[in-house]
Amino acid sequence: MYLDYMRESIKKVEKTRADRLKLAKSGKPIVERMSDQERERVLNKFHPDYKEEAKKKIRIGPNQGQELTGEVVDVLEAYSRIKTNYFDLENPDYETDVLVIGAGSAGFCASILADENDTDVILATKLRIGDSNSMMAQGGIQAAVRPDDSPYLHYLDVMGGGHFDNKPDLVRALVSEAPDAIKWLEELGVMFDRNSDGTMLTKPGGGTCRPRMHSARDYSGAGMCRVLRDEVENRADRIKILEHQPAVELIKDDTGKVAGAVLYHLQNKCYITIKAKSTVLATGGFGRLHVQGFETTNHYGATADGLVMAYRAGANLMYMDSVQYHPTGAVFPPQILGFLCTEKLRGLGAQPVNKNGELFVYPLEPRDVEASALIRECVERNNGVPTPDGNEGVWLDSPLIEQINGPGTIEKNLPAMLRQFDRFDIDIRKDPILVYPTLHYQNGGIEINDRCETKVEGLYVAGESTGGVHGRNRLMGNSQLDLMVFGRRAGKFAAENAKSAETGKLNLDHIVEYEKEVEKLGIDKDRISPMVLPDYIPEKIKKKQYTAHPEGNLR
Amino acid sequence: MSEKEEMVKVYILGEGFDVPASSTILTALEYAGFQLTSGVGCREGFCGACATLYREKGDYKLQAGLACQTVVSDGMYIAQIPFVPAEKATYKIEELKPDINTFKEYYPIVFRCVGCNTCTKACPQDIQVMDYVQALIKGDIEKTADLSFDCIRCGLCALRCPAEIVQYNAAILARRLYGKYIMPKSPELEKRVEEIVNGKYDDQLDKAVNMDPEDLRETYYNRDIKTE
Repeated sequence: MYLDYMRESIKKVEKTRADRLKLAKSGKPIVERMSDQERERVLNKFHPDYKEEAKKKIRIGPNQGQELTGEVVDVLEAYSRIKTNYFDLENPDYETDVLVIGAGSAGFCASILADENDTDVILATKLRIGDSNSMMAQGGIQAAVRPDDSPYLHYLDVMGGGHFDNKPDLVRALVSEAPDAIKWLEELGVMFDRNSDGTMLTKPGGGTCRPRMHSARDYSGAGMCRVLRDEVENRADRIKILEHQPAVELIKDDTGKVAGAVLYHLQNKCYITIKAKSTVLATGGFGRLHVQGFETTNHYGATADGLVMAYRAGANLMYMDSVQYHPTGAVFPPQILGFLCTEKLRGLGAQPVNKNGELFVYPLEPRDVEASALIRECVERNNGVPTPDGNEGVWLDSPLIEQINGPGTIEKNLPAMLRQFDRFDIDIRKDPILVYPTLHYQNGGIEINDRCETKVEGLYVAGESTGGVHGRNRLMGNSQLDLMVFGRRAGKFAAENAKSAETGKLNLDHIVEYEKEVEKLGIDKDRISPMVLPDYIPEKIKKKQYTAHPEGNLR
Repeated sequence: MSEKEEMVKVYILGEGFDVPASSTILTALEYAGFQLTSGVGCREGFCGACATLYREKGDYKLQAGLACQTVVSDGMYIAQIPFVPAEKATYKIEELKPDINTFKEYYPIVFRCVGCNTCTKACPQDIQVMDYVQALIKGDIEKTADLSFDCIRCGLCALRCPAEIVQYNAAILARRLYGKYIMPKSPELEKRVEEIVNGKYDDQLDKAVNMDPEDLRETYYNRDIKTE
């Protein structure tokens, strides 16, 4: 499958492999880890976030005057999808105690915990239940379980990885509840990888000081998410599931509390209103905004909808100037451009090398540092391998994995990766893979406290939609953990609130007010958010789709 | 897309559209102007939302695959399956026993397997579906859990099965039973959870949370690092 000129470069990689293997077996770092100052230097010069044009000042709303990622400002400074006067809020379509929006792992955890706390739950989601970024995570979930590890060491890693910008109380909750989250998942029936004595198999990740990554082969996210999904489906008599019905606005009551949401049914095009005593946003991230034109590892529905709705309702955003680029996205073949090549590859010994087969970075720096070093190698040092469609990348030398850990390791521990490349006739046991950073994760999000409360009463947030847990850079395996820890907390505290909350008269006045501000900025009327789904239809076809807005019988 | 790109014709709802030869079924649909609101999910082969049936030129066979992972071919006919109306049993996992009787009760249909292997042929993950069904019939939950591990629940096995078995739903039950009841438990995990409940790390964490930023930075860069 590789082209001839790529083969030439692969030969150079093969030539240096024996020496690099020796280095890996020596027990010392194969490349010196970067110091504080070196990290700063490479980030400043090469991380996409640090480019001047990356950010824009937001002119309205709670974060007014702050610099945020430009593409985020565009969806925030936009009009609503809905005409507020169409809605009869006296007669909502559903009433519930807890409304959970988003059916990935955080939404599942919140739904299960709200149910266990004896409240009625509605779980609404954009596409099929379970279709989410949660499902796609490959590498694993962190928890300080080994005797030589501790929540304290985990705490240090999270803070250092996040450049010490993290909210300490959130990090404390994250690391302290990690082992319990693993135990809870185990009791639900998640099959974590183990050593023969029953102890958990743990591997290092970028920026961790202990091997702390628990995995389920390289279907770790799926391994957890599908069990949680099954558990939610088993509670169908108490958790009502609404599929293909993304939320497009939050509803408030006359005291200013969030009191439900407006959903839009993607199939029959109806709008649905839900009155809820507590509302949990678990809507995930923003990869499909394709920040700075980057390809993404994210799910089709990752369009920052939760951010938009919460912002209009008055919630604060935190670190929405920070984007995570996963160091190793596929750049070849073109069909899998931007796809995730799990950090577990490097955790198991795969090394990033340039077109000459030379090492240039310690393989497990924190993600932002590692990604920046890869970009430097291509852009500044001109040591990347070009692809026919105009991209470039460096090699991730995967065959080393089996030379270090023995034959069969890849099939056993990385079946998804093996399958992904095998579909395009590349055997990652024999040949390296070509990688470049890809848009992966929303580091920031809606600000919460350790009860998952926002500054707007009645509104709870969990998972990738939140900001503060990971500071300005998340480490591998802490997003899956975030989903479990804060998903469960959101469900619990939302249920607690629902038991005593009184909901007043419903309204959508905040939308009207917000749109007035948008109008004052002179924004084009057709800039509408939340985006709900990205649009990949070619321009020349779109030009012929005249009735994208309702006209006549077809809508 | 450049003008020179090689194009192929694919048939969507029976109508031919010219699309780039390098397209997957998913990107071919979009290239033809279909904005997808179902039958699409992660776009990377992990969520199982884009089950698709297709037929290649000159072939009578209906093949099954994931739209996001299958490259188109000239003359290919495509039909997406947005939803699989397969039965899923509901149960309380904590009340079940990890044995064959659980399957006799919740998924008796499994025992009707005729051994035709159609499920295995339909699986886009190349899972040995029939083998795990046969293992389940023999009560081997461990083998079922192991063989079905890479299942992404697209439902194509159940759609193609002449015996109406819902393989993928039985498999998630098998994996949960295995993970909960049969896999060995980690004594380290039990111990750590207990230590945390008993407040063993409270002082350390109190100190860390209140640490002066410079001290925290120094502590971080000086921490001892083990990779094994």
